[in-house]
Amino acid sequence: MNLRILWIWSSAVCLGLGGLQAQETKSEVDELKRRLKEAQDNFQKAVDQHHALIDSLNKRLQTLEQRQTAATNTPMPSPAPVPVASAPPNVAPPAVVRPVPGGSEVPAWSASQPIPLLRAGPAYMNISFDTLFDAGWSTAPDPSAELNLGGHDPLQRGFSLPNAEIALDGAVDPYFRAFANIVFFLDKDQETQVELEEAYLQSTALPANLQLKAGQFYANFGRQNPQHPHQWGFVDAPLTLTRAFGPDGLRNPGAQISWLAPTPFYTEAFLGILNGQGGTAFSFRNPGEPDPLGIDRVHGRATTDHGISSPGDLLYTPRLAVSFDLTDQQTLLVGASAAFGANDTGPHERTEIYGGDLYWKWKSARANQGFPFVALQAEGLYQQFEAGADSSAGLPRETLRDWGLYSQVLWGFKPRWVAALRGDWVDGNTGAADATDPFRGWRWRFSPALTWYPSEFSKIRLQYNYDQGELFGEEQSIWLQVEFLLGSHGAHKF
Amino acid sequence: MTKLTLLALVAALPWAAYAKITVVATTPDFGALAKEIGGNKVDLAVLAKPTEDPHFVDAKPSFILKLNRADVLIEGGAQLEMGWLPSLLDGARNPRIAAGAPGHLAAARGIQLLEVPATLDRSRGDLHALGNPHFMLDPVNARIVAGRIAETFAELDPKSADEFRANLKAFSDRLDAKLAEWQGRMAPFRGLQVATYHNSWIYFGQRFGLGMGLYLEPKPGIPPTPTHLAEVITRMKAEKVRAILVEPYQNRKTAETVVRETGAVIVDVAQFPGGVKGTEGGYIPLMDHVINALAKALSAADK
Repeated sequence: MNLRILWIWSSAVCLGLGGLQAQETKSEVDELKRRLKEAQDNFQKAVDQHHALIDSLNKRLQTLEQRQTAATNTPMPSPAPVPVASAPPNVAPPAVVRPVPGGSEVPAWSASQPIPLLRAGPAYMNISFDTLFDAGWSTAPDPSAELNLGGHDPLQRGFSLPNAEIALDGAVDPYFRAFANIVFFLDKDQETQVELEEAYLQSTALPANLQLKAGQFYANFGRQNPQHPHQWGFVDAPLTLTRAFGPDGLRNPGAQISWLAPTPFYTEAFLGILNGQGGTAFSFRNPGEPDPLGIDRVHGRATTDHGISSPGDLLYTPRLAVSFDLTDQQTLLVGASAAFGANDTGPHERTEIYGGDLYWKWKSARANQGFPFVALQAEGLYQQFEAGADSSAGLPRETLRDWGLYSQVLWGFKPRWVAALRGDWVDGNTGAADATDPFRGWRWRFSPALTWYPSEFSKIRLQYNYDQGELFGEEQSIWLQVEFLLGSHGAHKF
Repeated sequence: MTKLTLLALVAALPWAAYAKITVVATTPDFGALAKEIGGNKVDLAVLAKPTEDPHFVDAKPSFILKLNRADVLIEGGAQLEMGWLPSLLDGARNPRIAAGAPGHLAAARGIQLLEVPATLDRSRGDLHALGNPHFMLDPVNARIVAGRIAETFAELDPKSADEFRANLKAFSDRLDAKLAEWQGRMAPFRGLQVATYHNSWIYFGQRFGLGMGLYLEPKPGIPPTPTHLAEVITRMKAEKVRAILVEPYQNRKTAETVVRETGAVIVDVAQFPGGVKGTEGGYIPLMDHVINALAKALSAADK
């Protein structure tokens, strides 16, 4: 009986609880529904608020843009309406893509459209650090004395670091771009030297196809003179260029105007006016190197700096360059350059240098990373240097004539590999002080080289030089060069 | 007298050019769109060849001349051309196409670029700081760019604006219809992996639901190495990858080695109209070719 009652009771309790439970579940569902509704409402509210916020921001942006446009007077292209930009993978894109409405009817922006993202560029300027590092051996005990006269050539047996440059370039403002090249190198005593190789600005908005360049820069003479060493096809500078322009190449403070002619093919005329002073204007108003007694000499003559007394004492560098696309895959660039100015070996002595240059390149129509290609480059120079009389040194007034030629071919036979061959030759008339002057007399050189580029930003180059010269007889050298480039470097010219 | 004639000639040149809009496109894909929109109202020059590597184009002096005379420059704006375009623009001295001018159209503007690197680190290869620049391989992006081109043309030649807009509409309608067709063709292969030589197909893969994460290059711009290829071959076998996309300038021999090992098929494609035969007609014929060739390869491998 008791058990029965207990059973009844327990059943009743169970049932009651079950009913209660059912009732509770029902109310829970209602509660959840209510909360969901609430959440949905809140979400909708938030979305609406965001829409409103975005719309108001968009309006503000438009007004600001209009104001800015009015202020700078450079109309910005109105941002195009953007339809669905992308869908996540494995999700079917909408079957109907909204047409892009064109013209003046710019539709209101809505949050369903992706926000157009484009950074103008990661920085205000390109900043790069490029180092050339050489290792090798030469039969000449001191290669830099007579053999490797270029300032960025390998300096000595063993290791040398002839060029570590910081290159900067970027837009200054809407009117100018600027470039700077600061070069560090280790001299033969492994002391760090610094050169402000280039620092100039260039106009971007001159009328009539003119362009102005001003500051310290490489004179636009020939093909290789304006190039930085890491663009060269070999570890050293061509003999004829070093002979005319000295260890550092022809560069000076000055200004240059250039004009892109309205011809059917590329024609550009340049005129540079430079100070023409110092070691970087080697054949011009250059005090020269001190002799053991400390007297500055050029081609044996003691020099006197007579400054600039007339515009004729400045250095003038005209150049004309033309280019043709011979075929779709072949381009030819030909130029004629000259440099006129005074030199420091006497009060009225002058120097004239004339040059012709040629660059021809074939590149496959299916070039992969720019390979394969064949590039031929040749330059010829003729120099007339009026050397003043130096009675204490027993040297007469005479005209030193030098001429020279180099020709090189680069063959990028497979991606990242370049085989190269260069022939160099220089000669001149006989001068009174030639016996001790490494910048005179006949000389020729033959240089094969092989370069491997692990990537665009590094290279390893092996070069052999066979040299013969009036002054030193016969020498052989082998050089290994390693280059690395950090950062972003401005694009190179053709 | 001769001086005067010369002066008159020089003065007349820019005006003579105004009869049509002179357009320079850096790559042939933009060129093809400019042709669709501009029709005979534009004079078009394209700098890069459809068959060559667009990262490494020579900055030929003749390009300086073309840019000097251009009213509009259409460039990617995502650093694909950074190795050659800036020096050309320096020489071009043309304010009409200078950055920020109405005639300078950076196509990537308005497009969500993928794979924007969080950190710039070249030990991972030659990454593009602004993201993967091969965005035109997604037809939806091409459509956005076509719209921008129409806007730019309309702004520079308001008289022909209606024509440009009509051309845009016609092109967009055709592209929409084609896109549906392409989606249909690719639908059976959704989710499959496809190998590529260089990482230039992610936008395409995303649009058509294909995985494009296997590259013959170990890192962007670094040529394939035997070790890396062995890894790719293992992965291709494991993931049953049936096709390798190879572009005209890429080393087909490398791809052939991989194909021999894996039984996959080489699909000759291009990023640019004219890069492979039969795609000279423009953007739609190019995508037609890519879709058909890929569908053929994937379904053949199915059997």
